[in-house]
Amino acid sequence: MDLPANRMFRVKLASLVLMVFASWGLTSAADIRVADLPDDNGTALKLTWDLSNIDSTLTLFRSSLPETNWTPVGEFDEPRGSYVDRGLSRDSLYIYAFRLHSGLVLSEAAQPRASVLNRARVNQLLILAIFFALVLLYIKLASRGKHFFVRRIAGLRAIEEAIGRATEMGRPVLYVPGIDDLNNIQTIASMVILNDVARLAATYETPVIVPVCKPFVVPVAEEAVRQGYLNAGRPELYNPDNVRYLSDEQFAFTAGVNGIMLRERTAANIYMGSFFAESLILAETGFSAGAIQVAGTANIHQLPFFVAACDYTLIGEELYAASAYLSREPKLLGTLKASDVAKVIIIIILVAGFIAETLGWHTFADWFAAR
Amino acid sequence: MRGARLAILIILLGLAGAGFQAGLVSKAGLGTWVAALLTLAIFSFLYRDNPVYKLAEHIFIGIAAGYFVALEYWNVFLPNLWKPLVAGLEHIEYSPLPHFPNMILLIPFALGILLFTRFFPRVAWLSRWSMAAMIGSYSGLAIIGALQGDLVAQIRANMVPLYSREALTAFGNDGTESLLFGLLELLRNPLIIVGLLTTLIYFFFSREHKGGLGVAAKIGIWFLMISFGASFGYTVMSRVSLLIGRLHFLLSDWLGIVR
Repeated sequence: MDLPANRMFRVKLASLVLMVFASWGLTSAADIRVADLPDDNGTALKLTWDLSNIDSTLTLFRSSLPETNWTPVGEFDEPRGSYVDRGLSRDSLYIYAFRLHSGLVLSEAAQPRASVLNRARVNQLLILAIFFALVLLYIKLASRGKHFFVRRIAGLRAIEEAIGRATEMGRPVLYVPGIDDLNNIQTIASMVILNDVARLAATYETPVIVPVCKPFVVPVAEEAVRQGYLNAGRPELYNPDNVRYLSDEQFAFTAGVNGIMLRERTAANIYMGSFFAESLILAETGFSAGAIQVAGTANIHQLPFFVAACDYTLIGEELYAASAYLSREPKLLGTLKASDVAKVIIIIILVAGFIAETLGWHTFADWFAAR
Repeated sequence: MRGARLAILIILLGLAGAGFQAGLVSKAGLGTWVAALLTLAIFSFLYRDNPVYKLAEHIFIGIAAGYFVALEYWNVFLPNLWKPLVAGLEHIEYSPLPHFPNMILLIPFALGILLFTRFFPRVAWLSRWSMAAMIGSYSGLAIIGALQGDLVAQIRANMVPLYSREALTAFGNDGTESLLFGLLELLRNPLIIVGLLTTLIYFFFSREHKGGLGVAAKIGIWFLMISFGASFGYTVMSRVSLLIGRLHFLLSDWLGIVR
């Protein structure tokens, strides 16, 4: 953002006063150059200096204008050098000075500016553009009715079995959509699966209890369950009290879910979404209670616990594939298909990278370096 | 299994009783007492669900709910929205076009208000606008983070040569003791390459896992399971340290048995 005109005038006036004040026995301002740091978000300035006639330690000060409140930035031993001053404000004008025995050496005033494009991250932009193009293309194709094959995911069969068993035993189904908010894509995928679980449970007239950890998830979970009951043609069976907000606190939520498992004696526990340290506590309690359990998460550190304590686990991306498989929604199917194509591209890139690295050509691999 | 749990609980209660008898417990403050009793109440779940655990569970959930409301109010709502908004209103400049310094904050304020429309069924649909804004902005931010931190960085990190020249040179030149390590070092890159490619193939959903694809996917799931096993052991160790921390609190801060 540029400074307003009246403020700019005050800034220029202050700079002039400073220059006159500092020129009391003093070195040229051209010895310190300040320029905006390119390819950043406008929070840094780059300083270069050449004070070759000075051999003492240099202390660099900074002040924003029009006020002159000098703050030490650092000390430098080399008379020639450069320094990137970070953590600045885009809305301010800055001036720098080296304090010497003979007085101050002032820089010109400069303002950090945000770059439109970070050239160091062009690789990421290109990868993103290719992936977006693939997603849009396959969504378009799916919307036009093109059939996309998605292989059967074994975990989904396990969900059906779990609900069937709960129905036989006359006990409810517990569906835990993770403990993350709607900003996590796993929670959104979980809502799609919840919709299908609710439909299946409504068909069998089995209640589904959904404990929720985050308030924002509650309305979406209510909507998913209500829609599921509606799809099954049994809207009258929907009980809004079965979607329960427990607590935002991770282990308070876990304690609450454990309580539900034991007191309401759920026969099938389905954990789908983003889980953290509570995963084993939940799965172990469900296992002790004798429930049939199906889990799915993309949090790789929690997968081992689910694999160990549950009857079936959807691993990583299978969670997203399951939501696409169940809903047959063109957007989800298109995204799944695009991610499959992206995987093929990544495999080709990796193989090329392996060969290039073996032959000692590092330029190809370095292009992918995250900056 | 239940017997072992019961034994742990009896030992803990026994230690509590011993500490009480010895007069050690009285030195602990009220806060320590409450924390210790609630810890034991939670541990009582090891035996079975019981009223004491139920009480601790309800206290935990209730306190957490109150705590988070206060936390959100003081740490999020007041400093990020309300105070800047009020400060902006105080500095409003009436010129031909009124200049309101923090006008942008009215958007999250309005979106926040819309969330409360859920309480009124006739206008409940308005809350979806806030949800859409939130999910959209979060997704946009998450894509950049995942791309930069995971995808691109992982692609680069996994571009390794088919074999390490250093490992090949060192292999056989060192003594026989390091022969095994040399061999493992030599196998590192091929294992990374095979594991990475076959695991990626396992997550390919557009074809049935049959024939060559099926074999590759099966190898991939083996790699996954081995990594899960290693991760399981590593995490269990860290959980054990959490348990030790809790037992240390009981034995040191509360009972004063361990110094």
